Amino acid sequence: MEPVKIEEVQTLIDRYAGKEVYIHLETTNGSYATHVDEAFFNAGAFIRNAKVTYELGKIIGDSPSRVGLKIELGWIYAQGITHYELDSNKRLIMAGHDHEGKLAVALQISETPFD
Amino acid sequence: MIEKEKHVLVIFPHPDDEAFGVSGTIATHLQMGTGVTYACLTLGEMGRNLGNPPFATRESLPLIRKQELQGAANAMGLTDLRMMGLRDKTVEFEDDEKMVGMMKNLIDDTNPSLVITFYPDYCVHPDHEATARAVVRAVGRIPENQRPKLHCLAFANNTQSELGAPDVIHDVSAVRELKLNTMRAHLSQTAWMLKDLEKRLAQNEPEAIEWVTKERFYNYRFDQGYN
Repeated sequence: MEPVKIEEVQTLIDRYAGKEVYIHLETTNGSYATHVDEAFFNAGAFIRNAKVTYELGKIIGDSPSRVGLKIELGWIYAQGITHYELDSNKRLIMAGHDHEGKLAVALQISETPFD
Repeated sequence: MIEKEKHVLVIFPHPDDEAFGVSGTIATHLQMGTGVTYACLTLGEMGRNLGNPPFATRESLPLIRKQELQGAANAMGLTDLRMMGLRDKTVEFEDDEKMVGMMKNLIDDTNPSLVITFYPDYCVHPDHEATARAVVRAVGRIPENQRPKLHCLAFANNTQSELGAPDVIHDVSAVRELKLNTMRAHLSQTAWMLKDLEKRLAQNEPEAIEWVTKERFYNYRFDQGYN
């Protein structure tokens, strides 16, 4: 993965607009957050292989950036995106990695289902 | 001294769960000529350690961890490695009876005299807990006089106060290097931890040596209502 370059990521996001795509969206603090610090309120969520079509998608802001995808009846949103990659399966992988190298957020777009 | 077993079945949900607390015991059993089966339920697909700069993505991590798991098995000298095809973070949401059935099939297939897993309610990660519940249910349904021994790992913060001292402590000093190699095999997950640990070991820090060379287990007590 490479650090986000807004224009390049925007071009890639545009490529999937108007197409039926599969989304992986995830945010996490890790399963051990409360074990390590009992005062920490651990929350996270993921959805894998949500099938959507977005009419408009944008990436905004200096890294860590925000990405919003406007779908027919609502939105897909991720905050904290630092890195991206177009992988060998032509999937747009966007993720936010913290200073220790741990993934905090992921938003991935693919024309074929994720494994 | 580690008791000689007929066969040992080890069941954990994530690649690397075996490395820290059990790999010395596994390697010792194998050196004693005892067969060991390691069933690993997921590929740790949802691991957070992806680096910064990143060395992997959410999608490439499972392939890396699968290779690391195979490398860890090689380091221990283990040949019967079974990857069970579940997904990281989702084990607790699988059908409970399906999970018990998976454990029963593993037990029926390998006929172990000892099963090693986590201790339910004292193993922190939801996948650990779900794995442990399924194993203790499967073992608990076997008539008492035919049950394999069940050694469980516990590391929740309340373990000592509620379960007391471990029932079984294995000194694995003789296979310390094999154990370190098993941890090293899981490099994507252990690199940071190993850097610190190896420094402490090089300084012969007693706590670090103790942590690596003593593997602690509780006999499962069948008193938590997981039937």
